[in-house]
Amino acid sequence: MKYSVDENGYYGKFGGAYIPEMLYPNVEELKENYLSIIGSSDFKEEFDKLLRDYVGRPTPLFLAERLSQKYEAQIYLKREDLCHTGAHKVNNTIGQIILAKKLGKQKIIAETGAGQHGVATATVCALMGMECIVYMGKIDMERQRPNVERMRILGARVVPATSGSQTLKDATNEAMRHWINHPTDTHYIIGSVVGPHPYPDMVAKFQSVISEEIMNQLEAATGSPYPDYILACVGGGSNAAGAFYHFMDNEKVNLVAVEAAGHGVGSGESAATTALGKPGVLHGSKTLLMQTKDGQVVEPYSISAGLDYPGIGPIHAHLFDTGRVQFLNATDEEAMNAGIELSRQEGIIPAIESAHAFVALQKLDLTPNDTVVINLSGRGDKDLETYIQWGKY
Amino acid sequence: MKVTHMNRINTLFANTRQKVLSVYFTAGFPNIDDTLSVAKHLEKAGADIVEIGMPFSDPVADGPTIQESNKQALDNGMNLELLFKQLEKLRDNVSIPVILMGYINPVIQYGVERFCQSCEAVGVDGLILPDLPMAEYLTEYHSTFEKHGLKNVFLITPQTSEDRIKTVDDNTDGFIYMVSSASTTGAQSSFGDEQKSYFEKVNGMELKNPALVGFGISNRTTFEQATAYSAGAIVGSAFIKLLSKSDDLENDINTFVKELKG
Ligand SMILES: Cc1ncc(COP(=O)(O)O)c(C=O)c1O
Repeated sequence: MKYSVDENGYYGKFGGAYIPEMLYPNVEELKENYLSIIGSSDFKEEFDKLLRDYVGRPTPLFLAERLSQKYEAQIYLKREDLCHTGAHKVNNTIGQIILAKKLGKQKIIAETGAGQHGVATATVCALMGMECIVYMGKIDMERQRPNVERMRILGARVVPATSGSQTLKDATNEAMRHWINHPTDTHYIIGSVVGPHPYPDMVAKFQSVISEEIMNQLEAATGSPYPDYILACVGGGSNAAGAFYHFMDNEKVNLVAVEAAGHGVGSGESAATTALGKPGVLHGSKTLLMQTKDGQVVEPYSISAGLDYPGIGPIHAHLFDTGRVQFLNATDEEAMNAGIELSRQEGIIPAIESAHAFVALQKLDLTPNDTVVINLSGRGDKDLETYIQWGKY
Repeated sequence: MKVTHMNRINTLFANTRQKVLSVYFTAGFPNIDDTLSVAKHLEKAGADIVEIGMPFSDPVADGPTIQESNKQALDNGMNLELLFKQLEKLRDNVSIPVILMGYINPVIQYGVERFCQSCEAVGVDGLILPDLPMAEYLTEYHSTFEKHGLKNVFLITPQTSEDRIKTVDDNTDGFIYMVSSASTTGAQSSFGDEQKSYFEKVNGMELKNPALVGFGISNRTTFEQATAYSAGAIVGSAFIKLLSKSDDLENDINTFVKELKG
């Protein structure tokens, strides 16, 4: 595949494993083993079974008729919001926990922003009887309180990240520090297609079940496995990577990623990495990064905690760089309105992250014959407080 | 690898019989203009190498003390442009080896070639960039560093395999930074048997480069334990703690170094 990772862990000029030597053995162990483990029939059997019986896959592909009428196109929703725990994140945590077991690890750590990845990690740890610690920015713990309690009910220990800006970036720093201090018995379940190689590739592979299902379901529905457009929101980029995965080499399929513009790309309060970032190194990979001219990482802003991250996965930096994926962005206001519109048109309250993807419907030049698949990455239950405070419904 | 330049680092290790003390501090900490005076006081007090930290917003290999000093230095307004300006008079004031330590992103933004030129111009001898992987160093950075007489310092840890330690040694011309335990930076009060056997193991490998033990050295006891099987030791967090509470830098630095070296 033209857009897959090369043998050195790079996507074009992005990627690599920029980690301190303290993490080298752990990351090397993963790199040496992940392909053979996830390619083994043992692994596949357990993974497929859990995705089916525990997560509830395949998730439906739903023809959204009222939305289709309004935007004059054939609009399908890939219902990742119906996954157990409420978002696509669990596809990855199921894969990584099986892998961790096969590597003989006893303890799991994770970082989380909105808490969705934290909940998905706490869930699989409960399922497998493994000890779980989740790092979460102190500020995110306050604004995503229900998810903090969900993780605690599931038996995880939630540790506040009190350094820096106390959000997702700092939670990731703390998780990496924890891993440095506990290198042998612990596996770090990263929640998106970020981090040092092989994480971006591994997470993308676990999430690729999304595009695999889209192909089958679309073929059954329309006679062709290939849509004209696929839309997805991008924080780190895992749901987008999963939705794009099997379509990347077919240039006839237009791939559209939507980033969070916060209060607007030029407002100084934004998380639109491709619009504002430059190549740089953070959390183990070379990628596009929001930073000052001195190379200090800038604090992003978005109403959606899951998109509030100053970088994107190296695969997306490459897809942006090569022009294979079109990157758009949506402001808080546009996303909230799109979330409310979806609720009214189709009876589905989306996660605010996912609502960003729907904003692209207004920005693309669609024609009635176009088949559009929107990856509805998660449901809005966790965001009720934000919807209520937004108030305009 | 052939020795291309004898710089201050090589000269130090070639001539010293004693255990080497290298001290880390963050540029622009505690006050923005302290960089050069801290280095000067360290030399005067008897330190053998100074490591000047280039502050970064996200120092993942560092514990709370150095995280805090990075943050304060950035809040004070420290950046690489300013650091090199402060270091213009480095070699009028300091004659011992000087190493810059920090994360790779600010260096990339400054420009790698330009960074190396600036280092050479002010008289920096070596670099410690913990998140620059060896593979990338060898393919993309090595020749530029070498052209400007800069020695790259690699880290090894108790988890590093013997094969990899040998590769590190082969690609080093200066010294190896031996991280004492599986940890981020931070002071601890003593070393256990596990660490002692790791120090002994590395010592027994008879590497061509000397090794300095770092992470967790805080006092005379830990300095002696760390240097029993190595060429010297590196002190960071304990020194940062001293700086943050000192109101007489020269005097306190003098006492600190004397107490460590005995
Ligand atoms: C529902 C949902 N969608 C999207 C994201 C963003 O992550 P990614 O870009 O990795 O899909 C999150 C992250 O928390 C999420 O919860």
